[in-house]
Amino acid sequence: MPRTLGILGKKIGMTRVYTEGGDAVGVTVVEAGPCVVLQKKTENKEGYNAIQIGFAPKKESRINKPMAGHFANAGKGGFYHIKEFRVDNPDKFEIGQQILISDFFKIGDIIDVSGKVKGRGFQGVVRRHGFKGGRKTHGSMFHRAPGSIGCSAWPSRVIKGRKLPGRMGNNIVTKKNVTILDIRDQENVMVIKGSLPGTNNELLQIFTK
Amino acid sequence: MNMLERIEKENMRYDVPQFRTGDTVSVHIRIVEGAKERVQIFKGVVTGRKGGAMGANFTVRKISHGVGVEKTFPLHSPRVEKIEVNSQGRVRRSKLYYLRNLRGKAARIREKGII
Repeated sequence: MPRTLGILGKKIGMTRVYTEGGDAVGVTVVEAGPCVVLQKKTENKEGYNAIQIGFAPKKESRINKPMAGHFANAGKGGFYHIKEFRVDNPDKFEIGQQILISDFFKIGDIIDVSGKVKGRGFQGVVRRHGFKGGRKTHGSMFHRAPGSIGCSAWPSRVIKGRKLPGRMGNNIVTKKNVTILDIRDQENVMVIKGSLPGTNNELLQIFTK
Repeated sequence: MNMLERIEKENMRYDVPQFRTGDTVSVHIRIVEGAKERVQIFKGVVTGRKGGAMGANFTVRKISHGVGVEKTFPLHSPRVEKIEVNSQGRVRRSKLYYLRNLRGKAARIREKGII
């Protein structure tokens, strides 16, 4: 399914706020936008409808020439991050148009947020897949090993998709159905309930539902 | 200023009195029971303060019906209506966990300024 409309942002960090009832809520502060529409992709030309937007201004001296040509259409300078968002009708947008949080979102909205999780390195099955492991003591000789990984002479191979140790994290994950608690238009900041993937300063894609 | 710090500063409470570990305080807590709301007072010795900014909290210990009771309160919570400092204590530690092993007279704390 194509991704819906959205905006790019940067995770700033987490803190705690209190609701009016006095409940403590852990929140993530996200700096989102202003983004600039760099390119429109249409059904006729590219085969799908999307807008390409840029986020986080880049110094002119750091932009290489091919990218400078691409940015020149919008005429709003260069950007560190460029992403596409699928839209129904790209004609609603104009190249060079600025996108702010309040264009797509309001307080109380349920949204999806994508970002790259922290890398965990090479991890065993207990941490990576939640295997139970064995007893530590009482004569147990089975601690954190994966155990049997398949059958014998037939099929004499390991079935694809078997959960085994390996690299964990450092992949893009979408956290679904998170709530916007606050939007500050002047500072381009939104406050989102709960945690979000990635380190602080991580690039986030924030999607409307 | 960092945006995170700014949001924290806006949400912090500035009406909290100055108090330290060893002080005796009365904490007025708003308790919601169904539709009714009442204020309960929890009076005891501050056995420690932890954390900074929005996450700051403090622990109060008192003896209730012969049983030691400790409660930890978030410093900036709106459920804490008021903190009254009853007396200042003279202590040499930041965390008074040793009070848990003491009873009666031994668990007293000297007041500040009186030698």
